[in-house]
Amino acid sequence: MRYLPKSDAERAAMLREIGASSIDDLFAIIPEEYRLTRDLAIPRQMGESEIVDHFKAAAAKNANGYASFLGAGVYRHYRPVLIDAIVQRGEFLTSYTPYQAEITQGTLQAIFEFQTMICELTGMDIANASMYDGSTAAPEAAMMAMRVTGRDGVVVARTVHPEYREVMRTYAQHREASSGHATEEIGYGDDGRIDLAALDAAVDEQTACVLVQSPNFFGVIEDIPAIAAIAQKKGALLVVAIAEAVSLGIVRPPVEADVVIMEAQSFGVAPSFGGPFCGVIAAKEKYVRQMPGRLVGETKDSQGRRGFVLTLSTREQHIRREKATSNICTNQALVALMATVFMTVYGKEGIKDLALQNLAKADYAAKTLGAGGKLLFPESPRFNEFVLRSEETAEQLNARLLEHKIIGGLPLHKWYPELGNASLWCATELTTRLQMDSAAEIVALIPAAAAA
Amino acid sequence: MATETEKFVGTTRKVTAHLTQNEGLSFEKSAPGKKAYRLAALDVPAVDPKSLLGGAAREDAAELPELSEIEIIRHFTRLSTWNYAIDLGMYPLGSCTMKYNPRVNEFVSRLEGIAEAHPYQPEELSQGSLGIIRLLQKCLLEITGMEAITLQPAAGAHGEFTGILLARAYHTAKGNPRRNVIIPDSAHGTNPATAAICGYEVVNFKSNERGGIDVEALAQAVNEDTAALMLTNPSTIGVFENEIHRIADILHAKGALLYMDGANMNALCGKTRPGDFGVDVMHLNLHKTFSTPHGGGGPGSGPVACKGILEPFLPVPVVEEASDGQLHLNYERPQSVGRVRAFYGNFGMFVRALAYILANGPDGLRQTTEDAVLNANYIRKKLEDVYELPYSTPSMHEVVFSDRRQTRNGVKTGDIAKRLIDYGFHPYTVSFPLIVHGALMIEPTESESREELDLFIDAMRQIAREVEENPQIVLDAPHSTRVSRLDETTAARRPVLRWKKQGAGNRQ
Repeated sequence: MRYLPKSDAERAAMLREIGASSIDDLFAIIPEEYRLTRDLAIPRQMGESEIVDHFKAAAAKNANGYASFLGAGVYRHYRPVLIDAIVQRGEFLTSYTPYQAEITQGTLQAIFEFQTMICELTGMDIANASMYDGSTAAPEAAMMAMRVTGRDGVVVARTVHPEYREVMRTYAQHREASSGHATEEIGYGDDGRIDLAALDAAVDEQTACVLVQSPNFFGVIEDIPAIAAIAQKKGALLVVAIAEAVSLGIVRPPVEADVVIMEAQSFGVAPSFGGPFCGVIAAKEKYVRQMPGRLVGETKDSQGRRGFVLTLSTREQHIRREKATSNICTNQALVALMATVFMTVYGKEGIKDLALQNLAKADYAAKTLGAGGKLLFPESPRFNEFVLRSEETAEQLNARLLEHKIIGGLPLHKWYPELGNASLWCATELTTRLQMDSAAEIVALIPAAAAA
Repeated sequence: MATETEKFVGTTRKVTAHLTQNEGLSFEKSAPGKKAYRLAALDVPAVDPKSLLGGAAREDAAELPELSEIEIIRHFTRLSTWNYAIDLGMYPLGSCTMKYNPRVNEFVSRLEGIAEAHPYQPEELSQGSLGIIRLLQKCLLEITGMEAITLQPAAGAHGEFTGILLARAYHTAKGNPRRNVIIPDSAHGTNPATAAICGYEVVNFKSNERGGIDVEALAQAVNEDTAALMLTNPSTIGVFENEIHRIADILHAKGALLYMDGANMNALCGKTRPGDFGVDVMHLNLHKTFSTPHGGGGPGSGPVACKGILEPFLPVPVVEEASDGQLHLNYERPQSVGRVRAFYGNFGMFVRALAYILANGPDGLRQTTEDAVLNANYIRKKLEDVYELPYSTPSMHEVVFSDRRQTRNGVKTGDIAKRLIDYGFHPYTVSFPLIVHGALMIEPTESESREELDLFIDAMRQIAREVEENPQIVLDAPHSTRVSRLDETTAARRPVLRWKKQGAGNRQ
């Protein structure tokens, strides 16, 4: 086996030095009845070229050569080649969590830079070293709000990504069963934004937090100052989720929020069929001791030189065990590094320019594809996503587009049946005018079946 | 009286000091107007953000650094040289399984049709991705001897969470979620933290004099309130629970479940199967046993495998195969615990883990396990005369020593670990498991040659001699790194968690 650095003679010599007569001696403690005496029924050992062929064949069975208008929490942005060049360095790729600070200053400083950039973009004071992803950051933020407020009610907008809300439900189910406080979901108005009157009525003295997404699942930017006022007058925290990180280049950051959760996939991370991605929790400084996840802090060594360490670990499971703020152990360090390189490449001006291109592309896409009154929530500010309503079902529309190698918007009826034949579309800087014009042409055709 | 020069100072055979580049924070190198990007020409009309966004338009600019491309490459390359990594040498962190991360894994995960796959692509255009999930599931079920599996959890602790949710749903379906989860005092901290998050009381269970489960005491502790026992097997001291089936019987007799923390699966692959010895539900760490890179602390992946009794409760969606061979995602699962993560999990890690399994085959996986156990026992044999072995039970893939002898000279496990850095090795796991006083937890994995092991053994023996003859050199270690021991107390007391412009606040 080519990954194993020993000859059979070396193995035999080592066994002799241990005093074992055969390798089986070292497994003698396993009761005989449970020893596996056959080969595992898995594919036989493959050569490297066979492995590559196997995955090339798999790749060929996915979408190849299609134009795509899918977003909905996973965005296709250009990934500068520097990112892969850097994260494939073995010193980053094959290093462990930086507990031994003296020999992991590279990872630690990069995370410190990541935390700083996230603070700059979100308008928060502190940010952690990353979470699994945006969806799991949502329940972690809700639990954080409960620890801060001592309350257990959660109010969440229906315009939050439906799968984020499903994950929140999973985390909350046993707690809700014992407390009787169900998570309350607030609908949206004709503008595609959270219904502020319904929100106002729902928030009370039991509410730990209000959680909204902006830009929301429909791509519409929520009125954060108004939502913050409603939440905070009752002593609840405002948690704002950001699923499309590039929006922060041009959209006002949610500075009124107490906690911001983010999915940083847009920052140079491949869609990769849904992961790995890079969640983040950022917050106001006063909540630092209730933050879940890893934090890197600056300090000095015995000679006064600057260095970085994992800090405030007394919040964490390896110290606190069942009293920890979270059971979280790993973060997404390598993906956070990808995001850090992305943010460094674009920098202060580039992130604005990039976001502006996205705004222009999506505006053009919404106007061309949405021509003839198909665009929902047309008057609301939005970033790079929009909802179209068609006469035919979204599946019928998409079937027509697929014939032209175009993947249309995401059908929404599963989560929003009240919107009828609606689908969620996305355009980024990578979507070309030609793709948008071609798709618009097909969308505009009245299909025979729907017209009949 | 001995002078400084006469005291023993070990010879470092693995490393030679060399220069590393200094490098500030990217923000400190920034200058207005420098750029490392150029966007494609805009092919649609330009827009005015104010008119489209109104009050939602951003007024200020985030203070991201402004650098050119060469500066960025140098910045991160310089940082990278400050890290230790598996690619540089042995990484004997017990319980972390720091094995070789094959490069073909990275290559195939970046193939365009795989990396660019959007999770909401139509199923008929996702058959390649679904096929990877399906084959990995089949392999992991065969390796564990279990009957059903989800790949959705994003890491080991997330897998624990999912597994305990399954147990909770199972008991709830039987009428009562039950009240507590029994956890040995040798367990990872994630185990009790997980049980607490799932609403269970934690019953801390004392290990016996061999570091394992006291079966008689367990029989007393398990009752109708017990939802599950969370057991790490082999245990965190690297010992196989040879009474595992009695443990399972005790739990099952009271309707409780046996949860296995699969952190140490690298000791079992191809040699024995948890499903065969009575485990009901377990998680795997693809970033340990199945070679996906640790990446400086993630991403991980923590699949959960279970017996058929727990299958109805698996997170949605599950991948199913139709009679025509087409793969589908089934969301219609009324008893499911729900989603634990958006989409389908850390798919990129599935690709890497499957590539590893295909590179090994059944013979390779078995040889891997045997070599991992051989290496640990070799280290044990070569060091047991100088470091105290608190448990004489046979070791599997890792060996745990105690610093008891060295503390007579005022040197603790953490000091020995820091001195190991000077010898060119990453430290072992320090002070864990908690049941061993001053633990040195060493897991070499299969990836080390005899030469590398001998260098490690040599370093550990020289340090032991330094402790006897020149303890101060160990207490002051490391001597060779860019920074010496860092002031963690001040870091925690007055946290500085971000950079700020000079004069803009909390920097001294």
